[in-house]
Amino acid sequence: MLLVLAATALVALALLSDLIIPRVDSLWRRYRARGIHPLRWMSALRDHEPPLAYDPGRERRAEQRARALLRSCVNEEEWAMYRDLGFIRVWGAQAEGPAGGADTGGAAYAYLIYPHRPILAYLAQTHRLLAEYCVEFLDQTRPYGSARLPESDDVLAKWMALTGDERRLISMANMHLPGRQLDPAQVTRDLWRLKQWERARMRETPARIS
Amino acid sequence: MKPGHGEVLIAEGDVTRVDDEQRLVEEFRRQLDSGLWAAVPISTGDRRQSVMVRSFDEVPRDADRVIFFPRAAGGR
Repeated sequence: MLLVLAATALVALALLSDLIIPRVDSLWRRYRARGIHPLRWMSALRDHEPPLAYDPGRERRAEQRARALLRSCVNEEEWAMYRDLGFIRVWGAQAEGPAGGADTGGAAYAYLIYPHRPILAYLAQTHRLLAEYCVEFLDQTRPYGSARLPESDDVLAKWMALTGDERRLISMANMHLPGRQLDPAQVTRDLWRLKQWERARMRETPARIS
Repeated sequence: MKPGHGEVLIAEGDVTRVDDEQRLVEEFRRQLDSGLWAAVPISTGDRRQSVMVRSFDEVPRDADRVIFFPRAAGGR
């Protein structure tokens, strides 16, 4: 009886070998390529850490560091603008206006930089909205489970790229008509707030100087 | 700049010292090879701006820091 069972098992094993051997071989090659000794397969699998979970404390500390870095890079007015209004204005420097068909006719234009929102181009004099430029600075290594920079780092990255090489950044961005992501009414309010804020600062300037 | 962390010090040194400069050059290349952009914040009077640099030679000798950040891509 035992002999019959053993013979049956051998035959079954021989028949299944065509299926089993390639899989074992493939697993072997994969783990050899990753430099893991087969005897350590299980411990390596056990030690593999899952992606870090969202930690509000870590994100808050990251944002604090990012704010300090931003403050050390931009000037006092830009920092105060970001602190008080939540965005930074950067003047456009190209004579023909920003790329992508947003023709300014030579008029002065500027950008509003919001954290993790499109960059908005507008005419400085009339406040006519020109275009939204969608751009991202994603860290594909996802060191903490997310590819997104802290908010102030995102603003700083846009600020550095715009002031350092406006044409390059704008040419890489996806251009859309105003209103696709940023509510035009909200932007108009923000531009009004900016104007009021600048007036208030101008009134305070003599006091600050003295 | 790193997600979930903010500013991270990668390397520091004195560019007037040969060994320090060599180390900074190697680190600079390593960061750019990993796909990051590099910028140097500069100030001209009250005006602040940045200079995008693609090689260590482009970094102003008096720069006190180079900031590496993920390269830009078209967003949604």
